[in-house]
Amino acid sequence: MLSFIIRRVAIAIPTLLLLLIISFWLMQTAPGGPFNSERPLPPQVLANIEAKYGLDQPMWKQLIDYLKGIVTQFDFGPSYKYKDRSVNDIIAQGFPVTLKYGVISFVLAIVVGGALGIAAAIRQNSWLDYFAVGITIGAQVLPNFVMAPILILVFTLWLGWLPGGGWNGGQWDHVIMPVIALSTSYMASIARLTRSSMLEVLRSNFIRTARAKGLPDRVIIWRHALKPTILPVVSYLGPAFVGMVTGSFIIDSIFSTGGVGYFYVNAAFNRDYAVMMGLTFLLGSMTILFNMVVDILYAWIDPKIRL
Amino acid sequence: MSNGLTTLNPQQPKTAAMAERMAEVKGRSLWADARARFLRNKAAMISVVVLGAVFVFAFLGHLLTPYDNETIDWNVLGKVKELGKPSLENGHYFGYDDSGRDLFARVVQGTQVSLMVGVIGAAIAVIVGTIYGAVAGYLGGRIDSVMMRFVDIAMSVPYMFVLILLLVVFGRSIEMIFVGIGLTAWLDMSRIVRGQTLSIKNKEFIEAAVATGVPSFTIIRRHVVPNLLGVVVVYATLLVPQMILTESFISFLGLGVQEPLTSWGALISEGTSTMNYGTLWQLFFPLAFFVVTIFAFFFIGDGLRDALDPKDR
Repeated sequence: MLSFIIRRVAIAIPTLLLLLIISFWLMQTAPGGPFNSERPLPPQVLANIEAKYGLDQPMWKQLIDYLKGIVTQFDFGPSYKYKDRSVNDIIAQGFPVTLKYGVISFVLAIVVGGALGIAAAIRQNSWLDYFAVGITIGAQVLPNFVMAPILILVFTLWLGWLPGGGWNGGQWDHVIMPVIALSTSYMASIARLTRSSMLEVLRSNFIRTARAKGLPDRVIIWRHALKPTILPVVSYLGPAFVGMVTGSFIIDSIFSTGGVGYFYVNAAFNRDYAVMMGLTFLLGSMTILFNMVVDILYAWIDPKIRL
Repeated sequence: MSNGLTTLNPQQPKTAAMAERMAEVKGRSLWADARARFLRNKAAMISVVVLGAVFVFAFLGHLLTPYDNETIDWNVLGKVKELGKPSLENGHYFGYDDSGRDLFARVVQGTQVSLMVGVIGAAIAVIVGTIYGAVAGYLGGRIDSVMMRFVDIAMSVPYMFVLILLLVVFGRSIEMIFVGIGLTAWLDMSRIVRGQTLSIKNKEFIEAAVATGVPSFTIIRRHVVPNLLGVVVVYATLLVPQMILTESFISFLGLGVQEPLTSWGALISEGTSTMNYGTLWQLFFPLAFFVVTIFAFFFIGDGLRDALDPKDR
């Protein structure tokens, strides 16, 4: 197990470096720097500004300085666009918002999706099963950018029950629609995966043996069937996490929740490379780290993987 | 069967029945089997029809309307809610969009762009992924592990960041979307193909080909790739809606295709931002096309998987 973990960490680190180098290199080679405006600056001024932000250094040196800043002081540098704000300020402002609705969505998708899938599999071909299958098929075509406008239309414009945007310190009525919009399609995928995996497990020999021994259904399902059932679900958690991180861009732009997605997309429009780089680093390393944890979890559940 | 026949005219039909029976047992190829299974799948067949209709709409839809997608009707501008409703009389079947342009023509164009991105994106992914996976799987050994380790690493890079970065750095254009999507979408494909290749590689007919001195790349081209086709076809059909989703996602954020070009994602985004004004048709039409098409692709993909991979049944 330990050697598996070490090997897995050994993949994660070059991945993160690769992501950083790609993004850094792309931004360096970009035609038009962040300070190219419609009114061209005098060359001396431009040179001064570039020196201030360290843009006159060779690329590898900039990258090393940048990494050093993050690792030693957790400093992502200044924003190119907002002169009075650092990338740290932006993260401090946006990240708690994203974290709140992101974590709720993720947990909700796993719990509700998993429960629905297991219930559907246990009562295969009942109305509950048909209901679950119907929902999962329908939700496949409802990604966040389709779900969000529909929710706003129904619950804000027609029924007037929920506010159509804003965050308001994360009160529940501002959280509820972002969470539903973000989690629905993943909930559906998890339900579908759990259902088909559970059905397969329930047909296997060791379950038949357990039944033959006269074990009650409750024990069979919770003690014997659950562990092999969740394996494919666990391996789906990585992609689901990535999807939700990127989905937060949509959520922030539709619901004006003010999470990091809002700043990322804004930075993309303004060519604010410092903010993009900082958020890429932050969200990218979270994703890579999460994938690593999922893989280790998978290997822990299923020892065959460790080989 | 013969019992029923004796009550009929005893001489003639018996031989006819025999002949029929002979015809019935005539060998059927795997593909014919698969086709029969697919044709029996109602959801998939309906989806094929629907999808065909969407394609026809995309490429012939402009013939149905006298309006193009760029002309602004200045009389409607600012009064879209009152004057811009969808109507059959004035030929604006889907109404006007927020800038006073004909929405029907816009949806036709958006459908074109989205389908094109989906199909071409998936095609790039399939071609690159199949070649890469087949080569890695067939050659095996150190080359395989280096090639697949690269795929592992590239796959765990969150690709949406790279895609957005590319679009920001090199400008937001449809060509860049192709490049960005093409860069990442083949990775999954290559893994699947490699796995299949590994199992095909050890079959006797490959051994025979090796024994007769056929060069590696000819074996890959002539023997490995054709046997992968089933998996590739299924995966490609499921890849198209994924490509459409990715493109729509990017265009929804405004980072994808740019005016005057449009796509489903861009249209849905416009519809979302204008629904406060009560012009709901702007959201409804692109959304309906998007949802129906994605549905159709998923059903066809599922149908093909059931048809080509009978062991799941």
